[in-house]
Amino acid sequence: MRRCLLALTMLLLAAQPSRAEDWQATVAAARGQDVYFNAWGGDEHVNDYIAWVGQAVQDRFGIKLTHVKLGDTAEAVGRVVAEKTAGRLEGGSVDLIWINGENFAAMKEQGLLHGPFVQDLPNFQLVDTVGKPTTLVDFAVPTDGYEAPWGMAHFVFLYDSAKVPTPPRSIAELLAWAEAHPGRLTYPAPPDFIGSTFLKHLMIATIADPAILQRPVAEADFAKVTAPLWAALEQVRPALWRQGASFPASGPALHQLLDDGEVDFSMAFNPAEASSAIAAGRLPDSVRTFVPTTGSIGNTHFVAIPFNAAHQAAAKVVADFLMSPEAQLKKQDPAGWGDSTVLALDRLPAEQRAQFEALPRGVATLAPDQLKPVLPEPHPSWMTEIEAEWLRRFSS
Amino acid sequence: MASGPGAPGLELEHVTISIGGRRLIEDLTMAVAPGEIATIMGPSGSGKSSLLSFICGTLEPDFEALGLIRLAGVELGPCPPERRRVGILFQDDLLFPHLSVGENLEFALPASVRGRAARRAKVAAALAEADLVGFGGRDPASLSGGQRARVALMRTLLAEPRALLLDEPFAKLDVALRARIRRFVYVHAQAASLPTLLVTHDPEDARTTGGPVLELG
Amino acid sequence: MRFVPATVAHGQLGRAQPAGTARQPVRGRWLRLIPPLTLGLFLGPILAGLLGTILPAFGYLPALGGERLSLAPWRQLFAAPGLQAASQLSLMTGLLATAIALALTILAFAAGQGTRAFRRARRLMAPLLAVPHLATAIGLAFLLAPSGWLVRLITPWLTGWQTPPDMSLLQGPYGFGLTLGLVVKETPFLILMTFAGLGQVHADRHLRQARAFGYGRIQAWLKVVLPLVYPQIRLPIYAVLAYSLSVVDMAIVLGPTTPPTLAPLILRWFSDPDLTLRFQAAAGACLQMLLVLLAIAAWRLAELLIARLARPWLTSGGRGGSGRLGHWLAWLCLGVVTLLAIGGLFALAVWSVAGAWRFPAAWPAELTLATWARHLDLLARPIATTLLVGLAATLLALGLVLGCLEQEQVSRKPPGQGALLLLYLPLLVPQISFLFGLQVILVRLGLDGTWLGLIWAHLLFVLPYLFLTLAEPYRSLDRRYETSALALGKPHWQVWWRIRLALLLRPVLIAAAIGFAVSVGQFLPTQMVGGGRLVTLTTEALALANGADRRLVGMVALSLAVLPLVAFAVALALPAWRFRHRRGMASGG
Repeated sequence: MRRCLLALTMLLLAAQPSRAEDWQATVAAARGQDVYFNAWGGDEHVNDYIAWVGQAVQDRFGIKLTHVKLGDTAEAVGRVVAEKTAGRLEGGSVDLIWINGENFAAMKEQGLLHGPFVQDLPNFQLVDTVGKPTTLVDFAVPTDGYEAPWGMAHFVFLYDSAKVPTPPRSIAELLAWAEAHPGRLTYPAPPDFIGSTFLKHLMIATIADPAILQRPVAEADFAKVTAPLWAALEQVRPALWRQGASFPASGPALHQLLDDGEVDFSMAFNPAEASSAIAAGRLPDSVRTFVPTTGSIGNTHFVAIPFNAAHQAAAKVVADFLMSPEAQLKKQDPAGWGDSTVLALDRLPAEQRAQFEALPRGVATLAPDQLKPVLPEPHPSWMTEIEAEWLRRFSS
Repeated sequence: MASGPGAPGLELEHVTISIGGRRLIEDLTMAVAPGEIATIMGPSGSGKSSLLSFICGTLEPDFEALGLIRLAGVELGPCPPERRRVGILFQDDLLFPHLSVGENLEFALPASVRGRAARRAKVAAALAEADLVGFGGRDPASLSGGQRARVALMRTLLAEPRALLLDEPFAKLDVALRARIRRFVYVHAQAASLPTLLVTHDPEDARTTGGPVLELG
Repeated sequence: MRFVPATVAHGQLGRAQPAGTARQPVRGRWLRLIPPLTLGLFLGPILAGLLGTILPAFGYLPALGGERLSLAPWRQLFAAPGLQAASQLSLMTGLLATAIALALTILAFAAGQGTRAFRRARRLMAPLLAVPHLATAIGLAFLLAPSGWLVRLITPWLTGWQTPPDMSLLQGPYGFGLTLGLVVKETPFLILMTFAGLGQVHADRHLRQARAFGYGRIQAWLKVVLPLVYPQIRLPIYAVLAYSLSVVDMAIVLGPTTPPTLAPLILRWFSDPDLTLRFQAAAGACLQMLLVLLAIAAWRLAELLIARLARPWLTSGGRGGSGRLGHWLAWLCLGVVTLLAIGGLFALAVWSVAGAWRFPAAWPAELTLATWARHLDLLARPIATTLLVGLAATLLALGLVLGCLEQEQVSRKPPGQGALLLLYLPLLVPQISFLFGLQVILVRLGLDGTWLGLIWAHLLFVLPYLFLTLAEPYRSLDRRYETSALALGKPHWQVWWRIRLALLLRPVLIAAAIGFAVSVGQFLPTQMVGGGRLVTLTTEALALANGADRRLVGMVALSLAVLPLVAFAVALALPAWRFRHRRGMASGG
């Protein structure tokens, strides 16, 4: 693997001169273009960050970035589908999508993505594809250059230490705690990605051989493999918030419940989220973070360009800028978004590396070694089945 | 209709009506005996209709009104409109368009007349009185002006009022019809010994009542 | 427009012309085109959109490999988890909300018509109506959540709670929150429509007559006015029913989540990355349409039944009492509805300037403009888009409506009941049932995500309201004003502009304000046609509503509520100022 990557790097370096020229042409073509960046808009830190990116690419590349705020990434996928349906093969309305997992798998499979383009982006060379393999394999689906890594996500649980002095050490303990304290735990309704990821953790915890989750669900006996998962969910259901009759709509909605004192736990895909929410006065000071001792799921989130994007050159320039040390540093700042970098720090100049290392860690953020081990995402086909089954069981 | 001979009919004492500081009627005092038809005459805007609304208890809130109204010796002021038992006929007959002719009459009949047969009989009698036998099932809209006017009067009388107010009820009828309907109304009002107050600006209406006439404005 | 001799321009004066040589007045030539143009602009997209939804519902959508007709989407639909529960929820909340809103309206009029307080209350209804559904919904959520303001006000001194109660009306499994939200929004609408209807049926005089027969206020209203006015408000009631059954934005904020009502569930399928779900979604959109038709049919049946059963009661002679109880009940219910609507807006305002505000504090620890200062630039684009689209759609609709109404005056042919039904079509057909098909068509025309496309989509909903508001004052304006002006030798366009339009300034501006408010409140058309490129305050507010910081949500939702209110204030203030020395132009009622 490592050797293979080395060869790839050599290849990239060898191809450098003409690539550089191509890139100059891309940057030139991008000047004056609009980029409609379709990205989930439910978090103000993320929105603020994207606004900052918009200003930066305007100043540097003359690109006008518009953040199309989505309630769910699927909306943008739907839009591209509608355009393909109507025969619009170019001049599409979506230039760049914030994406990963099942949405990526669906778009890639349907041929809805432009690419491969990621190798053309100069800053991709700085990405830590070795230490962070999920930058190349998205939910067990190879990215094949169709999406550019943007940030590292790591699933953590938030709890209010004023009400829960010692956090559970495993998912099983969390559920046991819920049964002992009715009404104080819930999770976002799948297919919200936080809620779905919670189900994945429960599935990994209840399954005999988690390795089968890396292969398409069709190769396994779904009913049998997931039986313990449903049993556990049904058992805890009456002890959930609102007796499990309704569920919050999203991760941030769950944070709001934690802030209001309606529940004692929340969940996030960003280890620094608790700290930044405390800093912004959106969560009580007593909120802290934990991960089960068996580890939690980590993944990478990306940006991709639809096949019919109207402004592909500018979209590439933005995708490249998002991977630049400057943009990555800003993103990791816990005073803002606090999202972990995809870059390999040892490939950065000493000064920039020092800046990364100097970033403060928030009061509620775990140290990197406390977050281990990192569990891989299951194959996306599992999630489709599990979401459907959850809806069948919990939604009628 | 407990008003025997000599019993006081409709009495107005020091009635003043104004709107927006403008006096329409100033310090009006009059009495109408049972069976008597008194007429108030005056140009448009002189407050004739407002006076009738005041007696009915349906004066618009924009108006201010002072003074006493007594009917059969009882003061009407504190009574809501529906308890005053004051019948009124307007220029428009105001037959309810969603009810048949018979149902219009039955609507006015008090609930104390019980039983389907008894109610139907009363309605039939009223129709006969108005020379409209067999018209019970008709749509009011299919009636002629004179027929409608007669139904309107019978309807008002069926509600068993203790006084009758006439708000230019003949103004929309053509001249030939007007005299006949006028006589029809006057005869029935007097037969029921109702104190009756007529407002009009047609001198002919006033002349034929044989009662007192008051000029306003 | 050149000078047109008055005798030719005005039919009434032109009768002296021999019939054979009578030619169409010059203005009539282009004016005649406006009604068909309006109808085309208006019905075309709806019919095309419906077709574009029905075909995929039967498996035909070539771009996704659906080449031949089949029933597979319907089988898929009926196998979908939560479908039955979602449909039941939609029917229940829709019928219940409509019935309650109608009952409150009837109660309010029966107890209050003709009283001074009721007339004052009427003035409150228009602004309540102007506030977009979504803003009201978010405000209600802020009030009624278990950790919402109402609970905070009585906690812990009354309730003894340390943490919010684990129960809620909102987002609960029975849709109470959604029903309540719909009642709060639709009651003012029905009350205003009833006011408009009363004028048509001489309700005041009939009411007075019935009371002279000894009928109590409430019985008189129920027995005489209601049967007369009901046909006038039948279509508005059906519009409320259709809306309540298929609402998306309110349902997302106030409705249950697992499952939601039908329309949000369909929207979820439409935007699912699993593209095969689109067939199922299209079938769902057809089902939504069927549900609405079914509900309207059931309602109609109930109308007939009640009318028949109540017939003997109408003439039984029962006069009823003073109606004091009904009176207090009416004021209590209306008071609660009004307070909830206004309280919700107040909650939005307070949250937008709140610092830390944790449960169970009844008031924020500090008030600060930090949220506004930090996010004001976030509002700039949505506000600009909202204003532009709203104003453009309103002006366009105003032009078309005035053209249609003037043509009606010229031809002396008021449109029949059928035309009214067509006008109501966009309000009776569930939005989700034709917007998917419409989106596909707009994409094909290259109009999705463009200003033109969005303004057009808004026009579909702005136009009916504008027409309904303006038609009555326009038709009832005394024609003799114009006749006498024409007789003075003024050219026709001048008479129209300086006499008719000037006299109608107030109703025109109010109609425009209503049209603008309708545009501001549109969620689904903006979402589906704007394609995310054009964001308005409504789409922005909904994107934030489920989860983002309450301060930010409060700020956006408050802006959403205030924009139409400003339009209303202008519509009221401008004529008042313009005619401040004209007593004859004073506003009535």
